[in-house]
Amino acid sequence: MSAILPPESRVWWKQPVDRVEGMWIALALIWSLIMFFMMPYWHVFGKQNLSNEAYRTTPEAFSAKAQAMVDQYTVRTETEQKIPVVRPPAGSDVYLISRLWQWWPILELEAGKSYRLHLTSMDYLHSFSLQPENLNLQVIPGYEGVVTITPTRAGKYSVVCNEYCGLGHHTMVSSLYVVNK
Amino acid sequence: MNTLFRTCPQSGLQFDKTAETLMKANAVAGVVFLLVGGILALLVTLTRWPAVHLLPADTFYMTLTAHGIDMLIFWIIFFEIAVLYFCSSTLLRCRLATPRLAWLAFALMLIGSVTANVAIFRGDSSVMMTSYAPMQAHPAFYLGLILFAVGALVSCFIFLGTLVIAKAENTYEGSIPLVTFGALTACIIAVFTIASGAIILIPTFLWSVGLISHIDPLMYKTVWWAFGHSSQQINVSAHVAVWYAIAAIAFGAKPMSEKVSRTAFLLYILFLQLASAHHLLTDPGISSEWKIFNTSYAMYLAVLASMVHGLTVPGSVEVAQRKKGFNKGLFEWLRKAPWGNPVFSGMFISLIGFGFLGGISGVMMGTEQLNLIVHNTLYVPGHFHATVVVGTTLAFMALTYFLIPVLFRREVILPGLAKWQPYLFGIGMGAFSLFMMGAGTLGVSRRHWDIAFAGSPMAYEYPATAYLLLGLMAVSGLVAMVGGAAYLLITVGSLLWGKKLEPVSYRKETVPLRLAPGAPAIEAHGGVGVGGFAAPGTFVLALVFLVSFVLYYFINWKYLSQTWGLS
Amino acid sequence: MSNTNEATPPERIPVMQHILDNPFLLLFLGVAMPTVFYIVWGVMEIVTIPVAK
Repeated sequence: MSAILPPESRVWWKQPVDRVEGMWIALALIWSLIMFFMMPYWHVFGKQNLSNEAYRTTPEAFSAKAQAMVDQYTVRTETEQKIPVVRPPAGSDVYLISRLWQWWPILELEAGKSYRLHLTSMDYLHSFSLQPENLNLQVIPGYEGVVTITPTRAGKYSVVCNEYCGLGHHTMVSSLYVVNK
Repeated sequence: MNTLFRTCPQSGLQFDKTAETLMKANAVAGVVFLLVGGILALLVTLTRWPAVHLLPADTFYMTLTAHGIDMLIFWIIFFEIAVLYFCSSTLLRCRLATPRLAWLAFALMLIGSVTANVAIFRGDSSVMMTSYAPMQAHPAFYLGLILFAVGALVSCFIFLGTLVIAKAENTYEGSIPLVTFGALTACIIAVFTIASGAIILIPTFLWSVGLISHIDPLMYKTVWWAFGHSSQQINVSAHVAVWYAIAAIAFGAKPMSEKVSRTAFLLYILFLQLASAHHLLTDPGISSEWKIFNTSYAMYLAVLASMVHGLTVPGSVEVAQRKKGFNKGLFEWLRKAPWGNPVFSGMFISLIGFGFLGGISGVMMGTEQLNLIVHNTLYVPGHFHATVVVGTTLAFMALTYFLIPVLFRREVILPGLAKWQPYLFGIGMGAFSLFMMGAGTLGVSRRHWDIAFAGSPMAYEYPATAYLLLGLMAVSGLVAMVGGAAYLLITVGSLLWGKKLEPVSYRKETVPLRLAPGAPAIEAHGGVGVGGFAAPGTFVLALVFLVSFVLYYFINWKYLSQTWGLS
Repeated sequence: MSNTNEATPPERIPVMQHILDNPFLLLFLGVAMPTVFYIVWGVMEIVTIPVAK
């Protein structure tokens, strides 16, 4: 009689499906498949995909690589803490450390060029949130994610941490510069 | 075993006395946590409103942790256990399996939830609901969650045991009712959810007391979400079951097709839980194959199921209304629906809000690449306030208005306020979600104390629109909270001061459910509708939904295509 | 179809209905699917992540 009572007859599987339901199921199924195939399609034809490149790492190993980059390519320092601003060559590997509550160092990249960005955390989970582009990547301690980024427009960007990482979470923000050659 | 039964004179439903008391206890415990969570919601909202910025950072994060856990876990699961007992014992007219164990389960859940709250309010467990290792909470935090989970798991098995007893004692004939089948779906998802919670929280507890030296953060995050996200899928299944129940209660609506609705629930059972992957889409080290398969619930088959329920629930209401004579045009059935009855209006707003706001945003966000432009922003809580608050909580509120007379034997007090409550809460919360999502698309972070980044030398300045949206979000949130407070006032007030309905006598035997002898096979819905469509109005609404869905989905691909290249 | 009386043998129940009427089979499927596809596959991917050079 109703949904809170058992079906009226013992066999209910053979009840014909109403036209409304049949058509809706067909439409919904087609739409589901379109959405599903959009993801592999974008992997082939789209320009915004995550790589599957990642490694296990340690804070020491990663810091050493970041320090080497900083030693070689620092162009100036900023703020009272003298955070280095590095300008690595196009196409190179760039390392960005996240830790309580800082991104280190500050990157200066060239518009239209690609860089292999390596991200990890020295302590808790953090998340790389590039503003105002609003691109967001999870950062996990012990793992080094690698993604090739290609900045589009020159300007001053900010890197906000948008994974809760304790009391100073709201102070964890840094700059990122994109310049024209 | 001395089991006593009563039949409710208003609804004809039969209650087992112990099950009845257990339902009341679980529902009341749930509502108490809703009250606590609601007060915390007020504090969180007033802090995230930049113009007010009420709490200091440490209290804010503590409050937010407690708000998440009290609402998403304790309020909802306590209420769901009441729903499980209702759907098994009451709907199958059967005694509840092992009532003593059910009380033990309730005690465990209560002790667990209080323990976790004490841990949080001590101030050293402000780790958010997700408690991502290596950030560590007090051991009592994990212990509380584990105790609660064990209690909830025992309750799930009592539900399954009751199904077995009903079958063995022949208290019903044929198949279980559709609503009970929906509850079974919720129960199955709960078993997986709680087992995953145990797999990850027990080692984490041991780590917090120093017996294990290291918890792998990525492993933790992966397994934790099998618990954290699946627990929201319990809610989806449970509130869909409640929608069907309310359609049946308020309209005597029959499911349009048992086959279609049950198959849709089967798709939930098989695929819904895979969507825990939504939380790992921008994480390193997990392949795109895994992400695509899991995030899409294996080719969006669970989304298909939700779209089917979204059609068949209002569709069954439409058919029932048309059979009553509201057969004119496309929408007479809807215009003449009982909009002043909070049981119906709450259910309908829940359905629309869940579909349009929660469903569409959830699928967009759960697309592997599109997640890049929303991950960890306010868009995420915007989405789940639409699903869990407008969807689940409002559906449960609507059900409460039915349960107060039927289960608690009291008249609902303040009927005038009750009439407006679903609108205040549903529309307030819907707007709240929408503004939150808007702020998220502008990059505002979730779980963030100060979007002005006070004290930071390189502060980022959000556009003024973000501040405006946060203000609007807070105001809408306050409207929803007035609605929530009205619900609490009416519920608690009815239980305390509502007029008692005439007492009913208990008897020792159940009155089993029997199929009418010689009932014909169920046929299609001849005689109502337009152009061979039994529910044409619902179909039009469904098409509006589909068009919005398609447009919104592709607009976001357009946004994504304009951002930096990533490969 | 319309007239059935006590004497006619009960109609055979379709296989799919049998499956949907069996809660423990559904429980098994509902736990096995996400365990295999989400947890086991996911954990295998995590443990096979190589160490950084």
